[in-house]
Amino acid sequence: MRLLGKITAGLTLGAALLGSTAAMAQDDDVRIALVVKSLGNGFFEAANRGAEEAAEELGNVEIIYTGPTDTTAEGQIEVINSLIAQRVDAIAVSANDPDALVPSLKKAMQRGITVVSWDSGVAPEGREMHLAPSSDELIGKTIIKLAADHLPDGGKVAVLSATSTSTNQNAWIEEMNSVMDQYPDIEVVETVYGDDLADKSYREAQGLMQTYPDLDAIIAPTSVGIVAAAQAVQDADKVGEVNVTGLGLPSEMAGAIESGASKSFAIWNPVDLGYAITMISYNLATDEAEAAPGAEIGMGRMGSATLDDNTEAAMSEPFTYDESNIDEFKSVF
Amino acid sequence: MITEFLKSREAILLAALVALILLVETRFAGFAAPSNMVDVFNDTSILIILALGQMAVILTKCIDLSLASNLALTGMVVATINAAAPGVPVAALILLAIALGMVLGAFNGILVWKLDIPPIVVTLGTLTIYRGIIFLISEGAWINAHEMSAAFKAFPRAEFLTLPVLSWIALAIIALFVVLIGRTGLGRAFYAVGGNPHAAVYTGISVGFTRFAAFVIAGGLAGLCGYLWVSRYAVAYVDVAGGFELDVVAACVIGGISIAGGIGTVGGAVLGALFLGVIKNALPVAGISPFWQLAISGAAIIIAVAFNARSERTKGRVILKSAEHAT
Repeated sequence: MRLLGKITAGLTLGAALLGSTAAMAQDDDVRIALVVKSLGNGFFEAANRGAEEAAEELGNVEIIYTGPTDTTAEGQIEVINSLIAQRVDAIAVSANDPDALVPSLKKAMQRGITVVSWDSGVAPEGREMHLAPSSDELIGKTIIKLAADHLPDGGKVAVLSATSTSTNQNAWIEEMNSVMDQYPDIEVVETVYGDDLADKSYREAQGLMQTYPDLDAIIAPTSVGIVAAAQAVQDADKVGEVNVTGLGLPSEMAGAIESGASKSFAIWNPVDLGYAITMISYNLATDEAEAAPGAEIGMGRMGSATLDDNTEAAMSEPFTYDESNIDEFKSVF
Repeated sequence: MITEFLKSREAILLAALVALILLVETRFAGFAAPSNMVDVFNDTSILIILALGQMAVILTKCIDLSLASNLALTGMVVATINAAAPGVPVAALILLAIALGMVLGAFNGILVWKLDIPPIVVTLGTLTIYRGIIFLISEGAWINAHEMSAAFKAFPRAEFLTLPVLSWIALAIIALFVVLIGRTGLGRAFYAVGGNPHAAVYTGISVGFTRFAAFVIAGGLAGLCGYLWVSRYAVAYVDVAGGFELDVVAACVIGGISIAGGIGTVGGAVLGALFLGVIKNALPVAGISPFWQLAISGAAIIIAVAFNARSERTKGRVILKSAEHAT
């Protein structure tokens, strides 16, 4: 117990020294730990690529890419404790549990380590700020823009959602409807619900094409729905007439892009996310920015993140995937 | 003969089906067109095949709730094989799917037969076990359209004499069932075992084995549907056909197959499945608010069943009377 006390005291002293001699710390590399939900997940491997890209750009940054082998909070706590022992400068975590990590992350912050969360957040008391990949507003804007970009003369679009009660989809569709006045030539004819079941979504997409023979696009902001709608369009021989778009994963949508049933779709880009959180971690760790409500923190090529009252920020609108980049990403996630 | 048919439950169900189609036609012109009817039949094919399998099980006074999980598991297995080894011929995969489905069905059957566990408990267990195994195989990942070979996806879609192969398979299974149920010893044994298990034993029928056979048949059909489903929707994932087991039971119940066993016909099961299929296909085009759709399809099921329950009672008396007259 006495030994532990000594170590703690020593660490606190060390952290205090580090803090007071910021100029000295600049000489050494800034060590940023990217803690992911689990290792071996394509999404996080891609985020790591983005982090490395940021590290290269900054020059004096060392990325420690780590995480448990399975997606458990216990595994992440062990990883975080070992990072505290290694006295890294920043921990950027995508949490398996918003609350379970709080005690160990608090300990890290007491040691002067910058703690931020990204992708999957930590409760506010356990981190300085959280970077969400996108926001409801940005997603809503994006999904209608995806359809409108391929309809220069306007047209009819329909929405194929998940269930009528899914919070995410309803928020996105509401945001989409709030910007519809920017697209006067585009008419949203109907919103139908595929319940995130492949067969029901397929049938609903078929129904839309029957009810509106001149339908131009189907927007499906759900990964099951977008795949099923693309298949229904293909089977109805309407490739080229009806464009399926929305939110989907590149690995699941590669076939639809190849067949032409979908011209483009969107989802957050893990590379950008890894890049942005590394930039933020660097800026916070080197005291170039402070995480407080209303603060703006630079994210390099991704612009800057503005923190809200819960010190949360959205990175950007979802990234658009089409035939030009699908091959690069379909094996990633 | 004709008047007998007109009084039968199948005739009433057929009339209800036609009325339903015409009702939808008034709201959405073109629904009753032959080409659309072919599409609806094709869309309902998988439900018809599973309903026939379920019928065999229900006739023996059992129930198989694991059919949709069986379908999802075999679908995932053949999709995984196809993604890993696109060279394996589709015919071999279909045979494998049927065989694997029969093994999964036999597992249910053995537990019911040898351990005498109530079928609803057994299949409620295997429902989750089979879904769980999909997780183990796939680790939660999807098998997507671009990972499946072209031949794998093309088979059920191929057109043969104006109908897609998927529809032909359903028609073939219906024909097979007409023969199996009406013309074979096993088919008649299903009725005997469900109608009166004790009497069946005295006539030399093994109740356990007959139930086992029903589970194996239903499992094999679910396996076949596993391939058909995965190739039709060109995607395989853990939740494929989630909740579909209830649609299958509903189709049987609408078709007049008594949950108490021993009563039901092939025609009833097919019409019951078509009835549900028409509702499923009509709701998206009929311009009904999605918030009402669940309530409407549920109400249709209850009305159909309530109707059946009534006709079953009167029919029971009629059979007894005609039996009296016959002797």
